[in-house]
Order: sequence, then C-alpha cells, then structure tokens
Amino acid sequence: MKISLTVNGERRDADVWEGESLLYVLRERLGLPGSKNACEQGECGSCSVFLDGVLVCACLVLGAQADGHDVVTVEGLADGDELHAIQEAFVAAGAVQCGFCTPGLVVAAADLLRRSPQPSEDELREALSGNLCRCTGYQKIFDAVRSAAG
Amino acid sequence: MEVLTPRTLDEALGIMADAPGAVPIQGGTDVMVELNFDRARPEALLNLNEVAELRGWSRENGGVRLGAALTYTEAMAAPLAALLPALAEAARTVGSPQIRNRGTIGGNLGTASPAGDALPPLLVEGAEVEVASVRGARRLPLAEFLLGVKRNALEPDELVVAVHVAPSGRPQTFMKVGPRNAMVIALVSLAILADRERGEIRAAIGSAAPVATLVTAPLAAAAGFPELVAATASPIDDVRGTAEYRRHALRVLAARGLERCLAA
Repeated sequence: MKISLTVNGERRDADVWEGESLLYVLRERLGLPGSKNACEQGECGSCSVFLDGVLVCACLVLGAQADGHDVVTVEGLADGDELHAIQEAFVAAGAVQCGFCTPGLVVAAADLLRRSPQPSEDELREALSGNLCRCTGYQKIFDAVRSAAG
Repeated sequence: MEVLTPRTLDEALGIMADAPGAVPIQGGTDVMVELNFDRARPEALLNLNEVAELRGWSRENGGVRLGAALTYTEAMAAPLAALLPALAEAARTVGSPQIRNRGTIGGNLGTASPAGDALPPLLVEGAEVEVASVRGARRLPLAEFLLGVKRNALEPDELVVAVHVAPSGRPQTFMKVGPRNAMVIALVSLAILADRERGEIRAAIGSAAPVATLVTAPLAAAAGFPELVAATASPIDDVRGTAEYRRHALRVLAARGLERCLAA
C-alpha cells in the first residue's frame, strides 16, 4: 500500500507492506538508518522517534498509522550543520560507547528537555528508563543530559 | 493483509460488521509485537488512530468517561490523576514514556491480560465497559467483561468504546512488584481502596489469577484482609516467579496498602 508522511520536515511517499512497522519504513523504505532496530517489542528504546511531536517507539507504530502524519527522527534533530544541544552534550561528555543506543537516547533526552528544561534527577532517570544501553554507559549519558539542561 | 483506517466510530463499527476478523490496533504496544515476531498475520488490521470519538476523557453525570484511546500518559496527568489516583499510579508503572504515550486503556481491556495494569484500579472503582457494534451499544461491569486469560466479553463485531467510572474519592493506591521500576510486566499487582462511608475495603489483584480479581471485605475485618487477598488469588508458577512468592507478595502489598489508605 502507498503511504505519504512528513519526515524531518519533508514530504515522503513510500510503498509499504501492510504489516510493517514505522521503523521498517524509515530504515528500509526511506533510507533513514539512524533509528536502530533491536528488540522490536518496545523494550529497548533504540528506535525512539517523534510521531506528531510525541515520543514513541517506531517499532510499535504500524507504518500505515503514520500515513498523513509527521515524523521526526534523530536525523532531523540537527539544524543543518548545527547539532542539537543534546547531541553536542553527548559528544562533550563522551556519552557514546558502541553507539547503538545513542540515537534513541538522544531523541528521548531531547523529548525530556523539551518537556522539562531543568529536570530533576528522578525525572531524568524516569525519562530515559525505556532506553537500554548494554555497554551500561548510563553515567556519562546522564552527565550529558545534565550538562545540556544546565 | 489489509489495513482499514476508519475516520469515525460508525465507519469503524461498519468495518467490524463486514470483517469481524479484523484486529483493532490503537497504540500498537501489543499488536505490533505479534506482527514483528511473525506470531500473527491477521487478514485485516483496523487502525483506530483516526477515530476522534475514542480519544481523551470527559465528565458525565458526576462520573467520568474514559475514551478507549486514553493513553497512560493522559491517565497520569492532572486533573484526571486526582479523580482516579490509583489508575494514575498504575499508569505511571506501565513500560516507559514511549510505551505510555501509545498504550491505551482500551488496549488493556482488549488484550485482557491478567497483568493489565489498568484493570485492578478500574475494578476497585466499579468501572463499566462500554462496547459497541452496528447492532448497538451495551455496558457491562468490568468484572463481567474479563472472562479469562486474554479473553473478554467482546463479540466478534464489537469494539471497546469507553470506560465509565464514578470516582469514589476514597483513599486508594496501586502497587506492583517486579524486577525494576520501569519496563516491568507485573509479577503481582494490587489496587486497594478504603471506603469508610460504606464500611468496606475493596482490592483487586493482578497477575495472580486468570483475570484481575476483585476482593471485598467489611472495614471491621481489616486485620484479616491480607490473608483474604492471598487466599483469593490463584497464582501460577511461571518464568517471572512462583505461586508461593506471589501469594506472599500479595499479603505484604495488601497490608501495606491498607495502612496507607487507612492513614489517609
């Protein structure tokens, strides 16, 4: 079936299989591999994107449900060559080990800072609780979010 | 497979009448896992995301009407959280922000898992489920809607439309046991409410019987209530824990919950 959606500000059309996820559409149909495919059951957060401005796991959205809607992926956070503040903070803090969880964490952290520019420690931990880093690099990740908030 | 995307509830019910095998999908937190892992290949998916009538909540006749598409994030937010505090607490324990932004009360009812976090808080508040088909709408108590493990009273052509609750305003809480705070399917859960006016304690257990189950007792019998809760449960041994542990945890949660509700 054909779907048409806005991705990172640009209208995109895709011919998709009815049962495939938004994550598959983004990665395999639209050439946007930033959102990562890992658990495919909403447990790991590595496919986090914004759907109509709401943080979601792209693996749990049916591609067809995004028809006519607005999606922002990690590729859409930077403004041209200018990184998003949270991306800068991840670089500065060394909050990246293998890097697989990074896109999802960056998107989830951007969502947190938008909702709560000066998050408490509890808010920070709660906001990132759905994003797993199997290198267990959480301390540097939290440092990055704290510095972007400060 | 085909995806049918109605724009109105009437249109959705018409589709269900024509294609009763269509699987409704709202937040996708259950249905997509089945699709992603090749466990289900329904002939048709009914995408309910565009049906505005199912969204949000409203006040009605002194009670509240929760649309089937009410998300856990919405159930956590003021002022609804103050009207249904145990439901808000339960919503906070669901998954992660990403899951709570998509998962819905209606989905919890449709899936009818014994571990559905919204079910115990709604049971203690005497919630009624509104279901509809082209044949008409009907309301039934939540306890009659839940029939068994992942089985509910929906006819093949019916959809969950809303949940109706008259918030009691009584002290209440929800507790859940699992290996971490986030991303946990309840090992056991308990919603509990102390109703001084009616002289009654109401609790509902999750993940410890084929369906979320209501347990009530007179307030005067509070001392024996934790034991009654544990005795009412019919837990099983599974990958998440043993039946014996579940009974023990329920006893502890009931005592703790009673203490909180009676102190309030």
